[in-house]
Amino acid sequence: MGKKVILSGNEAVARGAWEAGVKIATAYPGTPSTEILENAAKYEEIDAQWSPNEKVAFEVALGAAIAGARSMVSVKHVGLNVAADPFFSSSYTGVNAGFVVISCDDPGMHSSQNEQDNRRYAKFAKVPVIEPSDSQEAHDFIKRAFEISEKFDTPVLFRMTTRLSHTKTVVEIGERIEVPLKDYKKIPEKYIILPAHARKRHVVVEERIKVLRAYASKCELNRMEINDTSLGIVASGISYQYAKEVFPNASFLKLGLSWPFPEELFKEFYEKVDKVIVIEENEPFLEEEIKFLGYADVEGKKYIPLCGELNPEIVRKGVLGKELPHPEEVKSVKRPPALCPGCPHTGIFYNLWRLKLNVTGDIGCYTLGALPPYNAMDTTICMGASIPNAFGFEKARGKDFAKKTVAVIGDSTFLHTGIPGLMDIVYNKGISTVIIMDNRITAMTGHQDHPGTGKTAKGEPTVEIDMAEVVKALGVKKVYKVDPHKLRETRNVIREAVASEEPAVIISERPCALLPEERKQHAKRPKRKVDPEKCKGEKCLGCIKLGCPAISMKEGKAYISPLLCVGCDLCIQVCPFGAIS
Amino acid sequence: METRNIIISGVGGQGIITASEILSEVALFNGFDVKKSEVHGMSQRGGSVVSHVRFGEKVYSPLIEKGTCDVILAFEKAEALRWVHYLKPGEGIVIVNDLEIIPNMVSLGLDTYPENIEDTLKRDASKVFIMDGIEIAKNAGDPRTANTALLGALSNYLPFSEESWIEVIKRRVKPETIEANLKAFRMGRERGRD
Repeated sequence: MGKKVILSGNEAVARGAWEAGVKIATAYPGTPSTEILENAAKYEEIDAQWSPNEKVAFEVALGAAIAGARSMVSVKHVGLNVAADPFFSSSYTGVNAGFVVISCDDPGMHSSQNEQDNRRYAKFAKVPVIEPSDSQEAHDFIKRAFEISEKFDTPVLFRMTTRLSHTKTVVEIGERIEVPLKDYKKIPEKYIILPAHARKRHVVVEERIKVLRAYASKCELNRMEINDTSLGIVASGISYQYAKEVFPNASFLKLGLSWPFPEELFKEFYEKVDKVIVIEENEPFLEEEIKFLGYADVEGKKYIPLCGELNPEIVRKGVLGKELPHPEEVKSVKRPPALCPGCPHTGIFYNLWRLKLNVTGDIGCYTLGALPPYNAMDTTICMGASIPNAFGFEKARGKDFAKKTVAVIGDSTFLHTGIPGLMDIVYNKGISTVIIMDNRITAMTGHQDHPGTGKTAKGEPTVEIDMAEVVKALGVKKVYKVDPHKLRETRNVIREAVASEEPAVIISERPCALLPEERKQHAKRPKRKVDPEKCKGEKCLGCIKLGCPAISMKEGKAYISPLLCVGCDLCIQVCPFGAIS
Repeated sequence: METRNIIISGVGGQGIITASEILSEVALFNGFDVKKSEVHGMSQRGGSVVSHVRFGEKVYSPLIEKGTCDVILAFEKAEALRWVHYLKPGEGIVIVNDLEIIPNMVSLGLDTYPENIEDTLKRDASKVFIMDGIEIAKNAGDPRTANTALLGALSNYLPFSEESWIEVIKRRVKPETIEANLKAFRMGRERGRD
């Protein structure tokens, strides 16, 4: 027996992939997928890299698979949108060595803008879907995913969800098996998808689905658990665990290879039990497959809501119509996430609030600028959208409106998909202003390096992309640099930039307050204190409006928690009465 | 043994995840199946954080069902209140750090911090134990060991030996803080005992 350890689903995927002989792993960080690449990078045998975006990550891993190395790319669900173009093409080209696309979906939208169910993407692109339901299966199934990819010459979509990715469960681990590089042969009719080739490849893809559909009914990733036959439940992924919790004695058709749908196996299951229901999170993906086969009496979404993350009580209430007895829910205080004490974004949003500008936002910690006390954001759509959105504002409402609008975007997001948007403003003669909030790291997902940090995913030093040079190379003439913690100076620069008659970019430079080097600086600085004699309390609230978690009102006066304060001087700058030192 | 359900809650930055990892490791050390679940990302400093830990012979759902929680261990008072509806009616235990962290929204006058938290907890729990974790941690020599002190109090209600806790804590904390952490754990365990 192997060693038993506790691993998150993401750690288990990385471990299983390492054991499967993976050589290349790529990703762009995105909750809940980030830890897969972070953990893969710890293995010497895996060449693991952060790419500037998911499309690039996908194409590097696909190229590596075509060239003969077992490869994987891991993305969050909306990251696959960015990589959708190569994803669809890769289905036609097929692979050489195993190629697995790991998609971590986010039911409940814990940290995402939508709840898309990427099993639909797999069906759309015509590639098989594998769904584990705990860390052990994540570890075991990823190995099978590489085998299936090679056996059927197809990319495999390995679908995780937040609750699987971030739950730690017991895993029996194994050892790595080295898989030699597969031979590389030039096969233009396979890897060059010219129309003439693609027409033939499409036929191959349809044949592949037929073969996979038959295989799914025999594959050990799909199994029947026959117990009490009065109720049969079809489930996959995390939904299986919730269903098993509520109905421990029911019979189950537990699907690990959930698409192409195992028609024959389902038929067998249907005949063994009196009634079949489908318990699945979000989309009625399996239910539709079953209904399409003509089983009109099988229900799923009749009982289980489509919106939101599932849990045992939703399953119980949905199917049995009642919850377990429990105490009444009590209203507690709202405690949304907040920008950290000393956060570089605090200075920018404080100023944007003061200047009452329209702000097109982007994806990162700074999306919190939309919340009180700043309420300083008008739009957040997806990665990179801030800059084109601002230009759209300008196009619709003219230059005067553009002079009251800024786009805000982080360093990592700018490099991800921000650059073409800025190019567009220059090319199409706009005057919009962009603030690049450069905190030297991909912060929200937990500090991942990117091409601007000078370090690789393996921690090795590398070329550091110069943000200002990139901006200038795109044709922007007005390029400013500010320290966002110098509030007045920053405010003046923003005023000047938005008033200009040409595109302007402000690079706001200050590292994330949680980076280790910054923390060392915090330790050296004195904690800030409020003089209650000078503080005007509730009549003022000047420092409270910074939104710093270290500052609160205590007995009518401002109070700075010494445990949370990092000794920056933003509060000193905003106090009109000199009460903070 | 029926599956045991523990909620650990608090405010981002208080060490909730580390505490729940220690608890899970102790459960595995004692031969149990264990699942530990929380969501990270978007939980910077200051946000509400909750971790569910379940252990037993075989655990299915990683999430605790409302009405089945055996113990809530809260690092902050309003964060204990937030989860009372998960308690097993008439049987649940609440261990609370004697600490109030006031969110910015309250300071701005946009929300109010709940009053009479202790009374509400007592209405719904069979037992409520309030303990000043930071005070114990200071006495143990490091104010950052408050979460270990609270784990000490929790340990009185779980079927694990003191040795197994100590073994795991030694493995999980920074070498230079082992001594303070073990001291905090023992003091919390002592204080939490009836």
